[in-house]
This record gives sequence, C-alpha cells and structure tokens, in this order.
Amino acid sequence: MSCWQTIQDYGLRSLGIGERLLPRSDFTLCEHFVLIGSGMIWNVYFGIMALVTGFFLATALAVARMSPRAALRKPAEWFIFLFRGSPLFIQFFFAYFLFLNLKSVHPFFDPFTAAWLGALIVLFFNTAAYSGEIFYGALRSIPKGDVEAADAYGMSGWPRFRRIIWPTMLRLAWPAYTNEAIFLFHATTLVFFSGFPAWQQKGDALYYASYFADKTFNPFIPYPILAFYFILFTLAIIGVFGLVNSRLNRHLPKEQRRRLRLRPNLIR
Amino acid sequence: MFSFCEDPSTLETARWFACYLTNGVHLQFYQSFLKVLLLLAITAPVALAFGFLGAMAARSRLLPLSLLGKSYIAVVRGVPDIAFFLFFVIALDQAFEYVRHRVLCPDWTDPIRQGSDFIVCAQAKLPLGTAPQWVHETYAFVIAVITFSIVFGAFAANVLYGGMRAVPRAQLETAEAYGMSPRQTFWRVLVPQMWVFALPGLSNLWMVLIKATPLLFLLGIQDIVYWARELGGTKTPNFTAYPHGDWRMWYFLALLIFYLAMTKVSETLLERLMKRLTHGQATTGGEAQRRAAA
Repeated sequence: MSCWQTIQDYGLRSLGIGERLLPRSDFTLCEHFVLIGSGMIWNVYFGIMALVTGFFLATALAVARMSPRAALRKPAEWFIFLFRGSPLFIQFFFAYFLFLNLKSVHPFFDPFTAAWLGALIVLFFNTAAYSGEIFYGALRSIPKGDVEAADAYGMSGWPRFRRIIWPTMLRLAWPAYTNEAIFLFHATTLVFFSGFPAWQQKGDALYYASYFADKTFNPFIPYPILAFYFILFTLAIIGVFGLVNSRLNRHLPKEQRRRLRLRPNLIR
Repeated sequence: MFSFCEDPSTLETARWFACYLTNGVHLQFYQSFLKVLLLLAITAPVALAFGFLGAMAARSRLLPLSLLGKSYIAVVRGVPDIAFFLFFVIALDQAFEYVRHRVLCPDWTDPIRQGSDFIVCAQAKLPLGTAPQWVHETYAFVIAVITFSIVFGAFAANVLYGGMRAVPRAQLETAEAYGMSPRQTFWRVLVPQMWVFALPGLSNLWMVLIKATPLLFLLGIQDIVYWARELGGTKTPNFTAYPHGDWRMWYFLALLIFYLAMTKVSETLLERLMKRLTHGQATTGGEAQRRAAA
C-alpha cells in the first residue's frame, strides 16, 4: 500500500473519517506518521479552544482577584487555588465521573461525558486558573505612573481598563503566558488517559503512539515521531506568540523590546 | 476491623461506613498513599542529584560534556512529559533485559527483535518468571522512580543551571583573586550561594512533582488512582458485603482534597525555608531581613 493511500485512509481517522480498522500488523513508518499526525488534530483542537475561551475567564479572574471587595476576591482566589493546587490528571478523572453522575440525573449532560466537551471544560477551567494567576501578577506590577497618567487624562472605569491597564497587563504577562500556552498544549495529551473514553478508537496523538508501542513493543519509533510533531507545534506556538509580542511592544524602540524568554515546560 | 462488622447489611449508616472504610481493600488503598509519599521521598533527592550533575555538565568547559548536559536539559523541553513516562517504562525495561541477555546468554544466536516481539533468554528476564509477586511490584516501582528521576532531573538541571549563572560574577572573581582553584571556587563560593537563586524554581518543581505523582497509574503501579477506580466502581451484593453504586466521583474528590492539602502544606514549609536561606544573602530579600532585624 502506498503512502498516499495510507494518508487517504488514516489522515482523518481521529475524526472517524476513512478506514474503520486501525492497522494491526506489519506497521509501516508511513502509518506511524499519518496516524499520529491525525491524532494531533485533537491536541490542536483542545489547545486552541481552551486557550481562546480560557483567556477571557483568566482576565476576569485576575481583575476579580485585584478587587478590594472580598465577595469578588475570595471566589477568584479559591478557584485559582483549586485548579492550580491539584493535578490536572485527577481533575480529569473527577470531572468525568461527575459528568457520569449528572448524566444519570438529566440527559442534558450526555455530551459532557464525551472528551470533546467534557475534557475541554476541564482544560478551559485549568488554563483559566493558571493564566489568571499570571495576569494577576502582571496587574500588580503595572507601573503606577501609567495609571496616574490615565487618571490625569480623566480616564476611569472601563476606558481606563480597556486603553491602559489591559494592554500593559498583556505586555507584562506575555512571556509567561506563552509558556502557559505550551504547557496547555502538552497537557492535552492527558485527555484520553484519564477516564474520557476514546470512542471508536478516535484518540489523540499520544493515544495512537501508545497504540503502536503496545502492538509492536517497540517504543523507539512511535514516541520519537510524537516528539517530532510536538516540537514542531511548540515552535509554531512560539512563533505566533512572538508575533503578538512584537505587536504588543510596537511602540517601543527596537532595542528596548523585551524578547520572549522561554522557560522549560512542566507537567501539571 | 470492628467487632460489630460481621453482618454489614444490618448496620445503620455511621457504623456501616466505619466498617466499610476499614475493610481489607481500603487498608490497601491507604497503603497506596504511602507509596506516593515514598515515591516523592526517593525521587526528590535523586532528581536533584541528576539535576546537579546535568547542570555541572552544562557549564563544563569541555565541549562534549557541556553539549551532553545542555541536550539533556533541552530534550525534555518541547515534548509532553507523559510521553516520556510512557516511553521510558518500556525503553528502560528493554535496555536492562538486553544488557542481561548479552551477559548471561552469550551463545544465543536468534535476533532479539523478531517482528513485533522482544525475545530474550529466560535467565535474562526481569524480574525472573519465577519471582514472587512482590518482586514484580518492586521492580515496577523502581522503574517508575528512575523514570521520574530522569524527567525531573532535567527540569532540576535547568533550574540549577540558572541558579549557578545567577550568582553575581563579582563573588566568583573575588574567590579567584584570593587564589582559589576553579574547583574550590565552585564548591566553596558558587554552590553555597546558588541555592537562594534556585529555590523559587526548585519549589515550583516540587509542586509540579507532587502533581505528577498520579501519573504512576500510567506506569502500571497500583497507586491511589488505581484503587480509587477499583473501589469506587459499582459493587453488587454477589461479590461484596458492602454493595454500593458508582462512587468513583467521591473517591476522586477525596484524592483532589489530598493533593490540595499537600500543596498547601508544601507552600507553607517552602516559604519558611526561603526565609532561612535568604538570611545573610546579598539579595534584596536578605537586605530586607537585615534592615528589619537592625
């Protein structure tokens, strides 16, 4: 079977399009690449969706945490502690079984037990908590002069936040937020190993990589391929976030712009 | 456990739970918490040692050694760590068996990889096929510890490398001016001072290590996640004296609370440690302490 044929059969296998049966024996390198690449669709889906939705909640959380009113501040603090203080793996398990219980109460919760929604919600809350903490740190280190200047111009409330505080917050938080995006992208591999079932073997990249490793008992081919894909996508994230970073800092003279400094990414 | 536990179906709620939570399988569940703590206790120092070696290698003046250290640090970046866990468990196992195969059965001629099979002679199997169950469990645990140490060693190496570079240059130059050799400078000046710079990173790493412990489950260890799934599942009266519905949610809630408590305790302890280490250091924190005391 030619490689082109394999791409047609398995290129969208993770979405359930194409050949139903996974290859069972005589695995070719091409099959490895195509199937693991097909699984990356899910990693990208989870990563992008959680990041985009989580961004808004994170901003809200950071602002709530800065609030002088305890009724707003305390819930935000607890939310961040809850999601940053416990392993994502356990959160996935807990959420899955919670949704299972809710499902037996009301059919409305049916889709929540599937990974595409249930796991996405956990990732959304999780990344919101981590980025919320980053944004909170940035909000606290906004130069006093910026806010005073805004006051002097007669800005207050929403315009002040929208025009002065928020952009400065993003500018300060951006390097750390880039790391968070990479973390989150890597954390998406946990989804199908933590309760959420890969229905009809529609799994993510790691799911297929471990499928190959189990079948061939040879970890030296599938996992390096997985690593290759992830390094590629990590570089893409760094590239995109670097562009946003230079856009955020476009008012500064070139040599003063803060370069993105990346720290190693860790498990949650 | 208690004398009234003989016929659980007749008990009222409080006593039923007292019996249920102290039956045999639950005691095993509680023991698995010790397993997690044991893993933390072994992995943390070993990973720190790996990290120290890695950082020393990375700042070595010998190019191959420094490349080795830097690539050790760099390889763990950019790839999801869970992939490393899944990879190392098989790879380490096969590496050990391969070496033993070479040593113990030199006259074996068949190839080791036959298609999808990995075949070594019977004496080289790890653990031996005849070994008792506890040997198998310990072996799996040791592999898990090594895997954790390799992965977290790389993180620690990165943090310590940063810490070593953060020590003010003037301190090292002073040591050199006093005629210390590079080795003396390293051990007497650099190492004692680097901890305060490395500690924020290391404490972060400790938190991450705590939160990585549930991954033991993926390495085939009967850890807390395994038992929570086992015990929480629906139990029918045919198989157990304590039938109940699907309680996995509550078991995982208990694990969630366990981890939150671990985080809280560590945060408090690390805060204190930081205070002690800052004492007398040439940093803003140390200066603030000195002013407060004076």
